[in-house]
Amino acid sequence: MILLGQILVAFGTLSLVAIGGANAVLPEMHRLVVEVHHWMDDATFTQLFAMAQAAPGPNILAASVMGWHIAGPAGMMAATLGMLVPSACLAWIMAGLTIRLRGNTWMKPAQFGLVPIAVGLIAASGLIMAQAAGTSWLSFLIIGASTVFVWRTKHSPLWVLAGGGLLGLVLL
Amino acid sequence: MAEVPGKLELFLGFAKIGALGFGGVGPWARHVIVEERKWLTEREYAEVLGLGQILPGPNVGNASVMIGRGFHGLAGALLATAGLYIGPLCLLVVMSILYDAYGDLPRVAPFMEGVAAAAAGMVIGMALKMAFNLKASAQLVAVGLLAIAAVAWLRLPMLLVVAILAPLGIWISLRQARAAALAKARP
Repeated sequence: MILLGQILVAFGTLSLVAIGGANAVLPEMHRLVVEVHHWMDDATFTQLFAMAQAAPGPNILAASVMGWHIAGPAGMMAATLGMLVPSACLAWIMAGLTIRLRGNTWMKPAQFGLVPIAVGLIAASGLIMAQAAGTSWLSFLIIGASTVFVWRTKHSPLWVLAGGGLLGLVLL
Repeated sequence: MAEVPGKLELFLGFAKIGALGFGGVGPWARHVIVEERKWLTEREYAEVLGLGQILPGPNVGNASVMIGRGFHGLAGALLATAGLYIGPLCLLVVMSILYDAYGDLPRVAPFMEGVAAAAAGMVIGMALKMAFNLKASAQLVAVGLLAIAAVAWLRLPMLLVVAILAPLGIWISLRQARAAALAKARP
């Protein structure tokens, strides 16, 4: 029970500083899980994080995998709730504010001022992902083709993911 | 808002976003919400995502709470969030059991390398698409470019970048809205 409480608190605090998602909190997650609590060693941490990246869904679910490793299914639940509930509550409050201020003339322009930052940060994480994934001329080709496909067409992105995976399987 | 989804539709839409979101859910969320189901326009979606970005937590996770609440209150927020996480969590349970049993996962490295490359392109492509659809002013585009440079090139923490650029973006946008309102008031 004490362990579950510790997991809940550790990931709960992490949730509140996780601006920019999982990659932004990776160093802090490592510090808490490996250095402060000694729940796992370095190699296990890296493997579990990579495993969560390979699965679909928000990358923040790395917390769930670590919770499972520390304390089984109950640990997974504690870590997932810790990671989701605090930030979801903030989002709920923010949604309430925007609904309350909907009629306000300055609300829409103020909100639109955040849009370039959101789009810029998305582009930046794409570039960082491209840097990590670009290991050969073929991977750069896949990155370029996938960029153009998603930018210029309305087809489902599933096509490029499947295509990229198959090309990797055959040629890499 | 173009089309209001029912509660089941909301849950299923977000379940699709979560289950297909290899390499991050961002591009899938936009594809399903804006293009496929037309629940929000490009601009409405970008505004929700902008708020999600300055709050802690995954921005699509925050967006699911806000979009869900907008359509169906507390039930909507819970259903959208549950939908987003249910598929990936089930898969991660299976992967964790396999990891416990074998200490390693089956070798899927080349396939995943290809997927990772495609996912990177997918994220860049989505950013380009949104940037061109939104028709922001040159000054706001400059703010976006600053954000890219600060994070991708200088590798500054996102927390710091958001803390500095959010007030700047809001100030520019408000000033332009006021100028536009004044220009309209004048004959």
